[in-house]
Amino acid sequence: MNILTVIKQVPDSNAAIKVKGDASGIETAGLKQVCDPFDEFGVELAIQLREKRGDVEDIAVICLGGDKASEAMRTALAMGADRAIHINDPKFESMNELFAAYTIAEAIKKDEQNYDLIVCGKYNIDLDSGAVGPALAEFLDWPHVGAVTGLEIADDGKSFTARRRIEGAEEIVECTLPALLTIEKGLVEPRYPSLPNLMKAKKKPVQVLTSAELPGVEASTAGTHLDSMTPPPPRPECKMIEGEPEEMARELVRLLREEAKVV
Amino acid sequence: MASNILVYVEQRGGNIYPATFQLMHVAAELASKTGGQVEACVIGSGIAGLADKIAACGAKKVYLADDAEFESYRVMPYASALSAAIDAASPKTVLMPTTALGRDLASRVGARKRAALVIDCTEVDADGEDLIATTPMYCGKVSSKFRLTGDRLQMVTIRSNVYPAAEPADGATAETVSVAAALRAEDTRLSLKEIVSTTSGVKDVTEADIVVSGGRALKSEENFKIICDLAEVLDGAVGASRAACDAGYQPHTRQVGLTGKVVTPAMYIACGIDGAIQHLAGMRGSKVIVAVNTKAEAPIFKLANYGCVIDLFVLVPLLTQEFKKLLER
Repeated sequence: MNILTVIKQVPDSNAAIKVKGDASGIETAGLKQVCDPFDEFGVELAIQLREKRGDVEDIAVICLGGDKASEAMRTALAMGADRAIHINDPKFESMNELFAAYTIAEAIKKDEQNYDLIVCGKYNIDLDSGAVGPALAEFLDWPHVGAVTGLEIADDGKSFTARRRIEGAEEIVECTLPALLTIEKGLVEPRYPSLPNLMKAKKKPVQVLTSAELPGVEASTAGTHLDSMTPPPPRPECKMIEGEPEEMARELVRLLREEAKVV
Repeated sequence: MASNILVYVEQRGGNIYPATFQLMHVAAELASKTGGQVEACVIGSGIAGLADKIAACGAKKVYLADDAEFESYRVMPYASALSAAIDAASPKTVLMPTTALGRDLASRVGARKRAALVIDCTEVDADGEDLIATTPMYCGKVSSKFRLTGDRLQMVTIRSNVYPAAEPADGATAETVSVAAALRAEDTRLSLKEIVSTTSGVKDVTEADIVVSGGRALKSEENFKIICDLAEVLDGAVGASRAACDAGYQPHTRQVGLTGKVVTPAMYIACGIDGAIQHLAGMRGSKVIVAVNTKAEAPIFKLANYGCVIDLFVLVPLLTQEFKKLLER
């Protein structure tokens, strides 16, 4: 079984995000960036499948991003992936997830390896969108299961059963491989790469693809353009309610009915 | 030039997902600017009866993919059916709900149709031929406006409870058009085995108008009863912080936050939740936020509309009583 995990370098969820003065994007100087936590779930899943099964031959990671993204790849390689494919070209920089999925799909089609399973995070915590996984499956004409919380792959490696959460329910689906999964929190707990493994990761092979290897991709960019980026609208100042507990409860309920009109 | 707005009607077991009616409201607003009409697409089995409900909310034409193949949601057959409806309707814009299924389907069909796509919009507006879609990014720390150009199909999913629902009008009818989708072997490799309800009669946090959430300060599963009681009086849902779920006080299906669910209710009551950035990312879109916390400096108060610095174990039962008195009147 050959597994490909899709990863992305994103700003750390605890990092303060500053919008550029001209509203064209965010300030990246000094911004702490990490491998997306949902993508780490995917890498961890691949490694656990190798540990549990005897038939996982290849675990590759593929990453679309600039030079800095090599840090995310090093995390994945240190966790236990065998090799990385880095799609790195300024022409591919975009906040358009359909374009990202198309670019990754083109790289996979050119790859000599035949993958049985592709895993990605449920979504990336920068764009909060989650279109890459399903769109990648579409460009490959594979089925996908989104936001997986449970997974059992048959011993013969030809099919699987997966659980996923939807609003108010859980779906249990069966599917044959090859397929793509996007991973929800809770399926696996990512390991911390050890220092020796981080050193070893530096020696693992990284294949770099640019627009020279993926000709024509940039022409496919879909008509989604960023107009502006702003901090979210400020919330009104918090009205602090004082008094004895009984008064406090009465006053809060009164305000919620008469002022906020939510009950 | 295409000018119609197509609403994707999400249904499960013949029940229309409530946010659909909010999409109908958005569709009517957009159509008044583009000069087009509102149309809808329903995919399922035995769902022809839903057309009238959609018509009552303003759809002039309803595309029905009604076939036993669509009995349960499977992404590839549904993507083929929605693509076929889009081919038949040639809309300018497709509106879908930001749900687990809506995200799946919009991404696949968006890719197939080479559409301009923005997921989880909190605002959409027409600007000439273009569509301007506003969406939160970076865990809600930034609000981005994207321009979806008019030379492509525009697809957006819209966050629940941001827009009001369209008011149904009696007696409105719509023309129905049936849509067929030829399925390939590839489309049916995935099959649904089972759907298990995880709410057991309790509202899901993503659907409720009011969410009452508890944090680690609740200290145990038993203590969560006071949160559940308040939620029940308000006909709301019970939510929890990551810390409370990780400690086993509540199931992860109720977790609100970056790695849980994103909720946008009319009112969010945070009890004993300090407001870690990852939690705020999951609830900052709520219209009215109430915070109950012993720590006056807790970050949650920066986001809250109303704050009470008090022990939740003292205030929450009193609140339940007060709401009971008010609502029983």
